[in-house]
Amino acid sequence: MGSTSAHGETGTGTGSGAGPGRRDLIKRSAALGLISVPTMSFLTACASGGDAPKAAGAKAAVTKENPFGLAKGTKLDVVVFKGGFGDDYAKAWEAAFDKKWGTSSTHLGTPEITGKLQTRFNGGNPPDVVDNSGAQRIKLDVLAKSNQLADLTPVLDAPSLDAPDKKVRDLLIPGTVEQGMQGGKCVSLNYVYTVFGFWYSGKLFKEKGWTPPKTWDEFLDVCTKAKEAGIGGLAHQGKFPYYINVVIMDLIAKKGGLEAMKAIDNLEPNAFEGSAAALAAVEALYEVVEKGLLMPGTNGLTHTESQTAWNQYKAAFIPSGSWLENEQIKQTPDDFDMRFLPMPLLPDSALPFEAIRAGAGEPFIVPEQAANKPGGLEFIRSMLSREWSTIFAQQANSLTVVKDGVDPGVKLRPGTQSAVAALKQAGTNTFNYLYPDWYSEMDSSIQDASNELMAKRIQPKEWIKRAQAAVNKAAQDPNAKNNRRS
Amino acid sequence: MSHVAQGRGRGGFIAGFLFAPLALYLTFVIWPYVQTFGYSFTNWSGQSPTFDFVGLDNYAALMKDEVFRGALWHNLLLLVFVPTVTILLALFFAFMVNAGGRGGAGGVQGVRGSAFYKIVYFFPQVLSLAILAVLFGAVYRSDGGGLLNGILTRAGLVDPQKPVEWLNEPKFVLWCLLLVVVWHGVGFYLVLFSAAMQSIPKDIYEAALLDGAGRAQTFFKVTLPLLWDSVQTSAVYLGIAAMDMFVLVSTMTSGQFGGGPDHHSEVMATVLMRNFLYFGKSGYACAMGVVMLALTMILSLVTLRATRRERIEF
Repeated sequence: MGSTSAHGETGTGTGSGAGPGRRDLIKRSAALGLISVPTMSFLTACASGGDAPKAAGAKAAVTKENPFGLAKGTKLDVVVFKGGFGDDYAKAWEAAFDKKWGTSSTHLGTPEITGKLQTRFNGGNPPDVVDNSGAQRIKLDVLAKSNQLADLTPVLDAPSLDAPDKKVRDLLIPGTVEQGMQGGKCVSLNYVYTVFGFWYSGKLFKEKGWTPPKTWDEFLDVCTKAKEAGIGGLAHQGKFPYYINVVIMDLIAKKGGLEAMKAIDNLEPNAFEGSAAALAAVEALYEVVEKGLLMPGTNGLTHTESQTAWNQYKAAFIPSGSWLENEQIKQTPDDFDMRFLPMPLLPDSALPFEAIRAGAGEPFIVPEQAANKPGGLEFIRSMLSREWSTIFAQQANSLTVVKDGVDPGVKLRPGTQSAVAALKQAGTNTFNYLYPDWYSEMDSSIQDASNELMAKRIQPKEWIKRAQAAVNKAAQDPNAKNNRRS
Repeated sequence: MSHVAQGRGRGGFIAGFLFAPLALYLTFVIWPYVQTFGYSFTNWSGQSPTFDFVGLDNYAALMKDEVFRGALWHNLLLLVFVPTVTILLALFFAFMVNAGGRGGAGGVQGVRGSAFYKIVYFFPQVLSLAILAVLFGAVYRSDGGGLLNGILTRAGLVDPQKPVEWLNEPKFVLWCLLLVVVWHGVGFYLVLFSAAMQSIPKDIYEAALLDGAGRAQTFFKVTLPLLWDSVQTSAVYLGIAAMDMFVLVSTMTSGQFGGGPDHHSEVMATVLMRNFLYFGKSGYACAMGVVMLALTMILSLVTLRATRRERIEF
């Protein structure tokens, strides 16, 4: 049935015939041996195989250069998500790591993190470092609740490879550590720095003489003009309501300020219901739907379909994170001139127009039961060096959480460039939600409600009611009290 | 040698041969079922070897779970419609292909070009479900680029500004999926029924013809009774497929592991997977698995009982 990890048995076939003779018994026990050898190896990988003794990894002396006591000649098992960023960057890292530490690393790049790793976590033999990302990632809240994640605080407090007199944490973009918190511990290092908002084509806007909107009214105005020109106003990745939630949540945070955002992350009873910012945000988005300014059919399209339609100038705006450029690299016309736009403002917003949702994504974790935990921790520390960060920027066309972490010599594409410019203008005015990492079920319920809202099957007030119900349900989880932000 | 010893020797001999397959079956089929039972009484997260025993809590929660109940209802709807529609269509086509033709001197044969039809109908069966999902994704695509929407807008039946979002319409989504399953299945059951029809002796048909039976009468009085065994087996197979539906729903509809919009295409397997892998409620998901197992078993028994008839020898 559902249990994918459940297999393996010891006592298979204890006598299947009645009253076997002695010779039969010998024959059968030989046969049993044939069966039980392979089954035994399954047993060790079995869910309740449980507390298999851990081979204690060799440990070297802890020094300032080797803060975790990584021993030479050990093995390092690296598993990375192979998605929009590929996995060439990881191969380059592993080669550099092996060269420096004399380790021998094994590499697996896969889009199926859950499929490949669930049994290994259950069996107590997980890899040493994992980039736990993509649609088939293992949910972090689930792993953290099961005590499967190593505390990364030692890495954050270790000396940086670029400046040994400074701690690693001091050279990270603010908010990175916070993004990796689960139940009060930092358990994941979100490596890729992502900016969220709308995207548009500089070329299309220039051609039509539209100016990038700063307020929601101006935004509706551009959408209306687009519609008159026979183009859709707003496209969104309807099959995955995750994206339209970016719009709703950004509008709420900008209208109501950081307090409105924290109320949602902290599961307050008035996170949505009774929050003027939330109602204003949802009503503003609903105006787009009511006025027919959505790209026709966008509610049912996948991310690839809708983004490609947008690349073909069938819509003016699309919401996404800054991975969009790398993801669409093949579908984007050469002169498209992709541009980032911070979420336009509602009247009387608490945050300025320049404020953007920005945060770290692509969580790297070190499993608590890793055979070579020192190696895993050292790997994370190396990732946070300028050298490795530059490797990543070159191979994956994206920014990392290392402050000033890319060699100025690396040339960025227009979309990334505009995102960097927007970040500079935002300064300290960045914000980021944590609830999607903390409460999978709540996130998923709110997405369902947004899908209904965009299809005009529910009204903004009903959306608020459903979102609040999801919050209240999440608040009943006893683990919720450990997740608080201030 | 005594009679008893001989029997025992033979029993041992047979058991010896059965041992390996039986052991494999126990290990990879029965044991996981047993484990699923065990886990269904725990709060296992699916990602850790540690968990607590929670008794019947999961089952109690399941009774109140509206999403799961909705999914169960959808499975029941599919259970009625998938076998009925598929079998009726397959029977009709099989009859036309094998015995529906007229003409020739007294012979019984299919309509003209029946050999060609037989092959064409079988085409969908060679496609895997994953390909089917992509193919019908293009058919149902929600903007003007979709096959259905393209045809309908060009025919002037649909406003190009408001294309039909087939898989995002609560009223349509389940029926759209049903159509895919039927399209995929008819060819296979057509071949199955054809084979069964060909084993019916021609003289029975000829006798019926001589007595002046029409096509409909031949079908209902001769073909169907003699095919009943095949129909019965098909109903069980299709019923089990209707209880599953996981691949199509999870790939074609919105939501984590599908089921969207807003749970309108949810089936039990998708709710199960979402809880198992995404929400970290694996113990709860195992309870769903147990319920699914029970329902599928009841279904098989009921179908076999209800369709039991006297067997006609020929």
